[in-house]
Amino acid sequence: MIVVPCPNCGPRNSSDLRPCGEITSRPDPATASLSEWRTYLYLRENPAGWVTETWYCRSGCRRYFTIERNTATNEIRDSEVS
Amino acid sequence: MSNLRLPERPGEVIDRGTPLSFTWNGKSFTGHRGDTIASALTANGVEVFARSMKYKRKRGIMTADHWDPNLFVQVGDEPNVRAGSRRLEAGMQVSAQNVWPNLNFDVGTANQVVGRFLSSGFYYKTFMRPKWFWHNVYQRVLRKFAPGGRIHWETSTHGAYDKRYAHPDVLVAGGGPAGMAAAVSAAEADAKVMLVEHEPELGGHLRWGDADDLAALAELRSAVDAHPNIEVLLDSTVTGRYDHNWVAVMQRSHDIAPERLVKARVGSLVVAPGLIERPYVFSGNDTPGVMLSGAARRLINLWAVKPGSKAVVLSANPEGDAVIADLEAAGVEIVAALDARAGDDIAEVKGSGRVSKVVLGDGRTVDADLVVTATGWTAPTSLLNMAGDRPVYDPSAARYFPNQVPDNVLATGGITGNGSTAELAAHGTATGTLAANRALRLRHARRAAASRARSPEGPRPEVLEDTRTPLARVPHPECYLSSGANAKKGMVDYSEDVAAKDLVQAAGEGFDSIELMKRYTTVTMGPTQGKLETVNAAAVLAKARQMEMVDIGTTVWRPPYAPISLGALAGRIFEPVRRSALQDWHDAHGAAPLLAGQWVRPDHYGDPMGEALNVRENVGIIDVTPLGKLDLRGPDVTKLLELVYVNKWQKLDIGRVRYGTMVAEDGVVSDDGVTGRLGEDHYLMTTTSSGAGAVWEMLEDYLQTYRPEWDVHVTAVTGGLTSINVAGPKSRELLLRLVDGVDLSPEAFPYFNVRRGTVAGVEDCIIWRIGFTGELSYEVHVPSGHALHVWEALLANGEDLGIKPFGVESQRILRLEKGHYIVGQDTDGLTKAPSAGLGGLVKLDKPDTLGLPELKAAYERTDLPVLVAVQPDDPQLVPTEADQIVDGDSNRILGRITSSRMSPTLGRSVCLGQVDPSLAAAGTSVTILLVDGRRTTGTVQEHHAHVDPEGVRQNV
Ligand SMILES: [Zn+2]
Repeated sequence: MIVVPCPNCGPRNSSDLRPCGEITSRPDPATASLSEWRTYLYLRENPAGWVTETWYCRSGCRRYFTIERNTATNEIRDSEVS
Repeated sequence: MSNLRLPERPGEVIDRGTPLSFTWNGKSFTGHRGDTIASALTANGVEVFARSMKYKRKRGIMTADHWDPNLFVQVGDEPNVRAGSRRLEAGMQVSAQNVWPNLNFDVGTANQVVGRFLSSGFYYKTFMRPKWFWHNVYQRVLRKFAPGGRIHWETSTHGAYDKRYAHPDVLVAGGGPAGMAAAVSAAEADAKVMLVEHEPELGGHLRWGDADDLAALAELRSAVDAHPNIEVLLDSTVTGRYDHNWVAVMQRSHDIAPERLVKARVGSLVVAPGLIERPYVFSGNDTPGVMLSGAARRLINLWAVKPGSKAVVLSANPEGDAVIADLEAAGVEIVAALDARAGDDIAEVKGSGRVSKVVLGDGRTVDADLVVTATGWTAPTSLLNMAGDRPVYDPSAARYFPNQVPDNVLATGGITGNGSTAELAAHGTATGTLAANRALRLRHARRAAASRARSPEGPRPEVLEDTRTPLARVPHPECYLSSGANAKKGMVDYSEDVAAKDLVQAAGEGFDSIELMKRYTTVTMGPTQGKLETVNAAAVLAKARQMEMVDIGTTVWRPPYAPISLGALAGRIFEPVRRSALQDWHDAHGAAPLLAGQWVRPDHYGDPMGEALNVRENVGIIDVTPLGKLDLRGPDVTKLLELVYVNKWQKLDIGRVRYGTMVAEDGVVSDDGVTGRLGEDHYLMTTTSSGAGAVWEMLEDYLQTYRPEWDVHVTAVTGGLTSINVAGPKSRELLLRLVDGVDLSPEAFPYFNVRRGTVAGVEDCIIWRIGFTGELSYEVHVPSGHALHVWEALLANGEDLGIKPFGVESQRILRLEKGHYIVGQDTDGLTKAPSAGLGGLVKLDKPDTLGLPELKAAYERTDLPVLVAVQPDDPQLVPTEADQIVDGDSNRILGRITSSRMSPTLGRSVCLGQVDPSLAAAGTSVTILLVDGRRTTGTVQEHHAHVDPEGVRQNV
């Protein structure tokens, strides 16, 4: 269980939050092809290294925010409210 | 029975004024407070505690502590108690476990019977063939062999386990001289310190040392006791270190809970576990009477127990030399004092049930009943390994040393090197100061980073450089395997009964890497988890392969460092149980409780069928508070509703209510409910009870990350409003008696409308007219503080109308009669919108809605399952939910029953089910495979609703 810094609530156990994964960009659903849509739904970079990801402060301020986390070391660089 | 208790020893921990009676295999014995089970039994002359797992050899005290592999006993209904560390209590009923055929019977015959179980890899080889042999022989014999005591499910009285969260700046794992000194210096540097000691007292090896050791111990202990910043957890073990210094501590010393899991988030972790003494591998090294020097010193100095009468001592280090003085002081005759540094050795020990003869390295044979070895130390680096360290073997010191650890983990004490008590304490002091500095810098940084959280106090501490003088590595001979001709018969893993020859055999069969050998032979896989045997196993393998220890490596130490009971892991769950404001009333009126997610709900009040019929005939009320309720305000609510529901929301007038279904971005049905418009920019959304939290999070997600420019404010009001559904043909008549400010006439307040008004004198209630049950019904949302009053007023005023409360079960019957599906029951994680029969509800021409491309694709498919109503042809037969719908007599699955009940209204069974599209047409006969294997048939209905498909009853 890692410590995730919520910009509002400070460092929290990750069990207080919900991980929402790498940030993604939602295609325009009116024009996206099914293939583009499924790339958005299912495909992630999943690097062994730095990733920008979203967390939800479900037991605290209820903000979604992003952090940069190194998936190999769990080092965390920054957080901001999205 | 003999009495081996010695006269008073200076460091003894027993209270001779408090005798404790207990039994061992039914016989009565006496020990003292402060004894362990093992020390009390030894004082009473008991020598054999257990039988070994495979060879069924008699086993006695080996290490006399928590790691002793031979001291697993049953205490009352608790199995696998470690007699080496469990403190004696009055009235304990202790018995040997794993003693088949019995503790003292000689087992040569058993060994022959089970010969084929004994070789390396027997788990893999033995049970291959013949197949019939498994049932008839292997299973029965193996069960006899299975180690472990008896679990008594019925009578278990182990009470409630507990959990605790802690946030010390510095956690010190190990309360020996270095650990105590580190705790004190960290506390003096203003850190909050938690000092965790495995044993019931602080002190480490000083406790069983000489007068100087005891004096140093007293001094260190009083420094720890005096410091208010230090919390000491005794009889507690640090079992794991995880990312970001999440440290698990198993506390066995809690007043009430038998074990408490302390989840500590730690700034700096100081690892000071000391060293674990290593057994020596020679033939007969598991004979009772062979023990390590630490065991002999503990028995004599802590518990004043004489471990034997004629001893052979083999020593390779100063601690081993010190045991001779202790043995002499205890009146033990030293038959031979062997110095491993000078090449002395033990070739073999003989004796059954107790050491009788010792063959020395020089060929002499001597009579003795006690063999004490001090041939080296194992560094318990587990916590460092868990922090990413890969300790390195140093052949000159014959043990592993820490290599590279992250800044927030610091090692000190014997694990890092050798030293006098003063040198160990000095290293601990420097380490504690450094640990505090790093922890306080981290605390400061974390507070500063969280701008809106608690601000840091004062400036950030300056970085303290690591200027510690490393402890020396005193040379130590590599003593692993005796030079005796039969040495390979010696045990490497006592708990798994793996001898050196088994490892050599495994290497010969090709399992010659340490990790492969471990899995093949199960060496290090027993309850001691490698503490005693890992390094010996590597040494035996190195010798067999003629390699260096450094090239062999070791197995990986993984958490937990010490076993944790499942009770402690399950522990207490910090999740609230939610109760509506009416639940006390339900309890008091005979409601059967139903656990639904976090909620306790009334399942029924004794007669679910009758309660359901009463709704159809008169009027009933049900508490539906867990229904998710979200108050939505702002000018952009309509845009949000358009996005998250599959249907259209633009033209919803004030006072109107609309049903909506939600799908996720993958097109799978995720939730449903109704949303009503209360004012110009004010809506109330309801969700399913189980989906309330997820829908709330989903709305926030899209509002915060996708459309932050939308002006919508979401407030969860699920618990703030108590929801009462008033259902039945007489519901309007009832509400007319209680509602003010709302015209309830069908013309003024039609179906799917919402009004605000006063109910039973309670202002500001929200009433909407909807019908999950299929009857005329009103859902009343009351501010929860007044809910009980409104509930009781409804019951009192409806008495002459035949009002009855009904519970969740009746509601499920009623909704199934009406054909309303439940998301998550009649749908599953693959149910896309077309399967749920949403038909015209879904609007694919919207510019944006969740899962739109998936919805479009799904509506082009013709192969998706279809949700249909099914009536069994045998009206009295109610299929079980999840019964499969199959293709005639074959087992080809074509669907399943998702909901089924006996309908009190129709007097017949009714179902919903998902079926292959080929079976979806009304009138199709389907075959249902019942749980008992029988098959029955049912008929697909035209409408989902079994009762009143035209909706006449709810529209009156
Ligand atoms: Zn927060």
